Amino acid sequence: MTARDLIPIVVLAALAALLPLVVTSSPVMNFLVFTLIVALGAQGWNILGGFGGQFSFGHAAFFGTGAYVTAILQLRFGVNAWAGLLLAMAAGAAVAWTIGFLSFRSGLRGSYFALVTLAFAEVFRILANATAFTGGAAGLLIKLDVHPANLQFADRAVFYWLVLAFVTGVLLLTRWIQRSRFGAQLVAVRENEDAAKALGVDSLKVKLRAIALSGAVTALSGCLYAQYFLYIDAHIAYGSWISVELLLAPIIGGVGTVFGPVVGALTLHGLGELAKQFAGRIPGIDLIVFGGVLVLAVAFARGGILGLLERLRDRGRGMMTRGAKEVSHAGR
Amino acid sequence: MLAVESVSKRFGGLMAVDNASLALEPGGIIGLIGPNGAGKTTLFSMISGFVAPSDGRILFEGTDITGEEPHRRAERGIGRTFQIVQPFAGLTVCENIAVGAYLRHARRADAIAKARDVARRVGLAAELDRPAGGLTVAGRKRLELARALATEPKLLLLDEVLAGLNPSEIRDIIPVIRGIRDEGVTILMIEHVMQAVMNLCERVYVLAQGRMIAEGKPAVVCADPRVIEAYLGHGAAARLAAEGATHG
Repeated sequence: MTARDLIPIVVLAALAALLPLVVTSSPVMNFLVFTLIVALGAQGWNILGGFGGQFSFGHAAFFGTGAYVTAILQLRFGVNAWAGLLLAMAAGAAVAWTIGFLSFRSGLRGSYFALVTLAFAEVFRILANATAFTGGAAGLLIKLDVHPANLQFADRAVFYWLVLAFVTGVLLLTRWIQRSRFGAQLVAVRENEDAAKALGVDSLKVKLRAIALSGAVTALSGCLYAQYFLYIDAHIAYGSWISVELLLAPIIGGVGTVFGPVVGALTLHGLGELAKQFAGRIPGIDLIVFGGVLVLAVAFARGGILGLLERLRDRGRGMMTRGAKEVSHAGR
Repeated sequence: MLAVESVSKRFGGLMAVDNASLALEPGGIIGLIGPNGAGKTTLFSMISGFVAPSDGRILFEGTDITGEEPHRRAERGIGRTFQIVQPFAGLTVCENIAVGAYLRHARRADAIAKARDVARRVGLAAELDRPAGGLTVAGRKRLELARALATEPKLLLLDEVLAGLNPSEIRDIIPVIRGIRDEGVTILMIEHVMQAVMNLCERVYVLAQGRMIAEGKPAVVCADPRVIEAYLGHGAAARLAAEGATHG
């Protein structure tokens, strides 16, 4: 990675870190933290779906695993929350690897893979809802005990910075993937698996690595969700709402790009919040906005917002060079 | 270096390849010809590991590789191109070739340098930053060649790299293939363009209806009555000979 690869990430992260100094209202901070948690999970989805081309409809399985592992370790085993965070990521990676092994080994691709992941997430949801160990339908309440050692902070801004740090870390990770052999092989598998194999790419290994990494990142976002809201139940943690959120954000923002998931999550939730502000009396107005934005993105902005911006920039550049030529002609 | 020993492939009731054998020594360009549907591509797929043989075995440098995955064979040094070109359409030409180069160069800078080097050799240097999806047919054929070459193979399987090219494009690419041979890569090529086969190959194998029916120098093989009949039908050889006699 060169300085040019890193500077945009560092600059944006630094700017975002200044936000809590300007914004102090707690609903806005809540909104920002929640959006960043979704962005983080979406970044996880993007590693597998965006770079690897394996569209999962069941990333809730990893999000929920992260959330439940954190909560259960603290409640039932008295494990420290930070240790719980690491174990949650490990559990997310393990669950993801297992689902990946079962489906990729049998050669599932495209919509079949999507359906299998959806099914796994639903099974987890039903199991979590029915088992006493996971709190059943009542869910789990993490004990309120504000202390940095417990991953609970008196000031919302601190939690915001923590999530922002993780998001920045994954931005860097994604940039590394883009510039590495692993990333090149992953993208090759996405574009054409047979051609990749002929060039010596072990496609199963590459896909398993991607899904494990993806599962770990999404589990991290689930863990942070649990720590921030201190309550989870089966529908929140393993519900299909989160699977949809995690795949919508990258698709809207720009699938297979470094910034896509973050841009997508901010756009979707930003518009959703605005709609709630102006038409809060209509229930589910934010979901209607989500749907509308998705239709627009699919119809007019393939490659998402970032893809659209790139096309506009190229067009702008084309006009500029044409303009410059005319000027130079006129000069003669 | 490569030994295919009595290999067969059955698809349901169809014997696509029937008890075919071939043996390659290191160096040189060997042709694999035969009428359409003779099983040439199936044989290639078995050598490169995409299709498992129903029977027989394949040895590469003395090791039995019959059950190995395609990527393992690429690591051993078997490179292949596809008859139907398979570019990574969303990537640039350089990135396409780099995927091959990454097999032996883990660092990005090395892989990119290797990719540029290979691109120069096959005449794609000017297209490096273009999206692969935007290449012409001739460009895509060159890209297939470049990607396979970037894996630094010892044995290169070329599946109709000349098909679909016009005569001047064929004339341009023949020296490239010869150049690869001169660097010590053994080449096994499926080809329908007979002018190129005559021009390039030291030896050819003829496959017809899944069976290996002839083997030898191109000029000799093309005069073989069994080969003529395989292409032109039963009795064709005798007819041609008779016509030749009357004209002579």
